[in-house]
Amino acid sequence: MLLKSFKGGVHPRYFKDLTSGKSIRKIDPPDRFIIPLIQHTGGPCAPLVGVGDLVKKGQLIGKSDKYISSCVHASTSGKVVLIDKAPHPILGKAQAITIEADGRDEGVKDFSKVRDMGEISPDEIRRKIEEAGIVGLGGAAFPTHVKMTIPENKKVDTIILNGAECEPYLTCDGRLMVERPKDILEGLGLMARAIGVDRAIIAIEDNKPEAIASIEKALQNTQYKIRDTKVVTLATKYPQGGEKQLIAASLGREVPPCGLPFDVGVVVSNAGTALAVYEAISKDKPLFERVVTVSGDCIKEPSNLLVRIGTPIKALIDACGGFKKRPKRLIMGGPMMGVAQTSTEVPVIKGTSGILALSGEFTGGREEGPCIRCARCVDVCPMRLLPTDIVRLARKARYEDAKGLNISDCMECGACTHECPARIPLVQWIRLGKMNIPKG
Amino acid sequence: MDDQDRFEIASSPHASSGRSNRAIMCFVILALMPNAIVSIYFFKWMALRLYAACCLGSVAAETIGCLIRRKKVTAGDGSAVVTGLLLAMVLPPSLPIWCALLGSIVAILLSKEIFGGLGQNIFNPALVGRAFLMASFPALLTSWTKPITLEAVTRATPLALSKFEAIRTPMADLFIGNISGSLGETSALAIIIGGLFLLIKRAADWRIPAGFIGVVILFGGLLNLANPSSFPGVDFQLFAGGLMLGAFFMATDPVTSPITKKGRWIFGLGCGTLVVIIRAWGGLPEGVMYSILLMNAITPLINRYTRPRRFGFKIG
Repeated sequence: MLLKSFKGGVHPRYFKDLTSGKSIRKIDPPDRFIIPLIQHTGGPCAPLVGVGDLVKKGQLIGKSDKYISSCVHASTSGKVVLIDKAPHPILGKAQAITIEADGRDEGVKDFSKVRDMGEISPDEIRRKIEEAGIVGLGGAAFPTHVKMTIPENKKVDTIILNGAECEPYLTCDGRLMVERPKDILEGLGLMARAIGVDRAIIAIEDNKPEAIASIEKALQNTQYKIRDTKVVTLATKYPQGGEKQLIAASLGREVPPCGLPFDVGVVVSNAGTALAVYEAISKDKPLFERVVTVSGDCIKEPSNLLVRIGTPIKALIDACGGFKKRPKRLIMGGPMMGVAQTSTEVPVIKGTSGILALSGEFTGGREEGPCIRCARCVDVCPMRLLPTDIVRLARKARYEDAKGLNISDCMECGACTHECPARIPLVQWIRLGKMNIPKG
Repeated sequence: MDDQDRFEIASSPHASSGRSNRAIMCFVILALMPNAIVSIYFFKWMALRLYAACCLGSVAAETIGCLIRRKKVTAGDGSAVVTGLLLAMVLPPSLPIWCALLGSIVAILLSKEIFGGLGQNIFNPALVGRAFLMASFPALLTSWTKPITLEAVTRATPLALSKFEAIRTPMADLFIGNISGSLGETSALAIIIGGLFLLIKRAADWRIPAGFIGVVILFGGLLNLANPSSFPGVDFQLFAGGLMLGAFFMATDPVTSPITKKGRWIFGLGCGTLVVIIRAWGGLPEGVMYSILLMNAITPLINRYTRPRRFGFKIG
């Protein structure tokens, strides 16, 4: 069978078998939660509670009046002990609400009861998604209700469920598709309803045959059937799950530079997000927990864990038996685009897909050599850029010229750096260049 | 846990393919081995001392170059050895040692180090070395040796025989390498074996040899069809002279060839076309060296005009 794919890309070592067969396991809530007021792309929330207040699981504790933002909820019942700057996995430090758990784990309501959704309206779906604080769980954490609001002048005909999970090590989406295919499809159906499309594509890389089989089986009996739903098997290649690559691979449409998926009539949602949407609407459950893959060659028992937002990652590592050997790098996210962490005190946030503890054996980072113009970076760039030439300019601070080579098209997937035989930190230079390009 | 709370900070990606420049150079050296062995079999000690002289000369020149530039000595990265091997393969076996040494020094110092070392040169170093010797010592560069017996021959290489005396060398000898000529233009078979290894290991891009050889087959074939008496057949065009060595090992030098896929096609096609033109109408019997050097010169231009279409940007 000819698999769908995009042009370029790399084949990193995947190490998915460390966790791909491990069922999702729930861990006990910790004693203390750090819930950052910004966990998403957009404006930060203002706290709705004060120090000393008692909160319950699922209670709204932070909200913003910005259009692009997403509210935050308490992950357990307990007392607010601090509202101040706290460790943040991406920003270093950020305003957060620290909650001391009372151990009762009492919710504002019972989140396990499924209610009849009936003929729920698109606006109602969007409102529920917004109230539940749902963001894209693939990593970028863009507020989902904003994504589901299509501008007047755009016509959307397809929704793509992103089940590619192209980052090495990560298996949380794959596991969810194996374990909860029906709920994911219900969520997808609700999103399709919200944006008014009757065509859905479920795109999964061919290294997850179990997930493909499970989704295909569940397609038979979902409530919110979409008229035209098909599962598309994609070639296993990084970054197959990049939004623009995913759309190009599954539909043959190219999102224009600086454009968004709805410019080509598409909305893309991650598999975990679809599940969160289903739970928000059928159970009124805000996004206060998610599945995180804890893996890497330094983790004793790599696992997929169902974790409350705000749990310090130390608790996740402990739940996996701790470190087997001393990790050199601790990463939140996947190895290709994840963020290195300095401490195990940082909390899990909505966009946390994985926690990796790596010994450094495969992280690269040997001494940099001269570029031999082998053009591997050019061959693999999924955005068809010339990384070697852009970096040559960025190094010399010739940002205007770098702009001429479309430096801003770079989505920072890191494929170039991964391939470079001279170990040149290509994407790192490009990042620096992007920050410095003259405006206008 | 306190101690473990200290981790390395780095910007993503945190994964690497594990490839290195050195590994690529090692693949090229390995890929040249079949031809080195065959040429040593045919030209015995003559070949051996030439390889030794060129490799040692190149490594020494690179070391000196780095010292003069006050940079870290990079002679160990394997690229100087590649240049040395390739230079030896484009020289006649009987060439005096001093001449080979001089050629390596020019190849490394004047064509590579002067531009800033590995990755910065415009022209293929080995070919610059040969071009220099060819211009300076034409007599030495055109005295050939008979394989096995190592007799000096006055009669020239198969290409010269064909061009100036209309004598065609038997195909079997051409293919195996039982002919007089440079160390690397003798055995087409050994070069092809090494070349394919290089392509499979992705140490060279297949588009360049494909375009190069393809156009020689097409263009050379057309000429032969039009006038078989003055233009030799395609098989002869392919296996005589340095075409295979040039197409697989010289033109594919990443430093001096284009970085875009389309550019590599143009580069290969250009090299092939120039070879056929020089062989057919030029003053020289062989044109591989000059065609590659000429295409090296326009590589920056090719890169400029073959930029890939911007993602999501439609023409019109």
